[in-house]
Amino acid sequence: MTKLNELTIAAARDALRKGEVTSAELTEACLSAIEAAGALNAFVHKTPEIARERAAAADQRIKAGEAPAMCGIPVGIKDLFCTRDVPSQAASNILKGFRPEYESTVSQQLADAGAVMLGKLNMDEFAMGSSNETSCYGNAVNPWRRGNDATPLTPGGSSGGSAAAVAADLCLAATGTDTGGSIRQPAAFTGITGIKPTYGRCSRWGIVAFASSLDQAGPMTRDVRDAAIMLGAMCGHDPKDSTSADIPVPDFEAALTGDIRGKKIGIPREYRMDGMPDEIEKLWADGTRMMKDAGAEIVDISLPHTKYALPAYYVVAPAEASSNLARYDGVRYGHRARLAQGDGITEMYEKTRAEGFGHEVQRRVMIGTYVLSAGFYDAYYNRARKVRALIKRDFETVFAEGIDAILTPATPSAAFGLGEMAEADPVAMYLNDVFTVTVNLAGLPGIAVPVGLDRQGLPLGLQLIGRPWEEGDLLNHAHVLERAAGFVSKPAKWW
Amino acid sequence: MSIDTDTARKVAHLARIAVKEEDLPALAGELSAVLAFMEELNEVDVEGVEPMTSVTPMRLKRRPDVVTDGNIQKQILSNAPDAREGFFAVPKVVE
Repeated sequence: MTKLNELTIAAARDALRKGEVTSAELTEACLSAIEAAGALNAFVHKTPEIARERAAAADQRIKAGEAPAMCGIPVGIKDLFCTRDVPSQAASNILKGFRPEYESTVSQQLADAGAVMLGKLNMDEFAMGSSNETSCYGNAVNPWRRGNDATPLTPGGSSGGSAAAVAADLCLAATGTDTGGSIRQPAAFTGITGIKPTYGRCSRWGIVAFASSLDQAGPMTRDVRDAAIMLGAMCGHDPKDSTSADIPVPDFEAALTGDIRGKKIGIPREYRMDGMPDEIEKLWADGTRMMKDAGAEIVDISLPHTKYALPAYYVVAPAEASSNLARYDGVRYGHRARLAQGDGITEMYEKTRAEGFGHEVQRRVMIGTYVLSAGFYDAYYNRARKVRALIKRDFETVFAEGIDAILTPATPSAAFGLGEMAEADPVAMYLNDVFTVTVNLAGLPGIAVPVGLDRQGLPLGLQLIGRPWEEGDLLNHAHVLERAAGFVSKPAKWW
Repeated sequence: MSIDTDTARKVAHLARIAVKEEDLPALAGELSAVLAFMEELNEVDVEGVEPMTSVTPMRLKRRPDVVTDGNIQKQILSNAPDAREGFFAVPKVVE
């Protein structure tokens, strides 16, 4: 029998409604699993008291009937979300000790729906990284290993703790955020499902900002149905975020018909990168065949500006980050450096930020500062924004030609070893985002679905990209791919 | 475009991040490598292209310009590293 902490959201919801299980029991199962999983370093602030309180309240609500789908479901929350009176550090030392007096809109909506917060999840510092190695809490570890090889692997990043926690059954689902691939890449590295919705679907209010025109929250779950259920609870218009879209939220779960006959799936030729591993190539071909067998029409498409997405991203994202992170000055919250005799306010800023920010964050803030500085603004920042417009136009063109969804690999490789990229230059690490970053630049919804295992037994995922605001249709395509792939593998428990 | 030590020092100061003098050459090298990567954008013909400002062409929502909260001084100061007499305290700004 499936243990309670291994259930999907859908199965737990149905069991809760039938009275076969209580939220208190689900919550205790997860809390025990978390206690036993210290080696994964996924949960970095545990909130068992809040969890037990909310579980009891959820059980009352379910008993009274009419409880929403997420009611009583134990979830983990990425450390990037501000949660009232619970440490919210964005995995940075500069926010050490910070306990927000407010709750992010997304985590508030989940709480209002009755979801049970188990604690805060590890991540890359300020969501800047692809391996969870820039965290002030230390690395999160992937529950998957290469066969019998005990080398610790990355769960991906930046939502690495979220991915590891869901894959290791420490929670039923988790929140993630995605600025360049930070939901989809870790989902692919850990054999779970992760969707980044259309920019504007989820409110960004109360989520520590990295790059405001790219950041989006989304769910990380065991399967596509769970992603549909949880996304519905997370999104919706919020007057506190002026970029949040005031459009109705459809019933995403109801969109999972399993029928994609006659749909057109685009296969972008520019995503066939030089030196792409055979296994990724084969996975992509397998996925294409699965969609064809399900009755979809496969169309070769071109997205000509794809190769410029990464360099454009690495101008736009650091530029916005340098501006957003200016608020960490040691005055209003978080860390302040100890000052020497005679130090003035400038020394306070400079020492505080040198001590509080990790190396990668410092590098990106300085790159951003440089590309926005007088004399370089047009050459870098404005040019990148123009290239971004062209990348978006590429997608608009193929959608106008009738393409319903685009199928691509999610990552250029399976999970790599922690520390393996330490000697590589930063650009090599940035290549992890090569298939995902275009989607953020264009503001589109994208989902990673586990499709197979590589020779070493590690999960590999494919990505589907959808039309703006059509997450329901995108989830339905993902549902078909998931069913055809029949991915059921779980990591062998070693922790 | 490559960044020399002087430029690295200037950028670090603009970003208000203290960098030790001996670390500046390595920083300059790293920044140059990232900038070299960005140079690829120069291959793209962007003539006549409007820079993208928002993901969806929508007018940002307006709200009435009214006070919606207040009297939360304690909450606002609760996370301050140094708060005194209801204010954020900082080192002397003017001599």
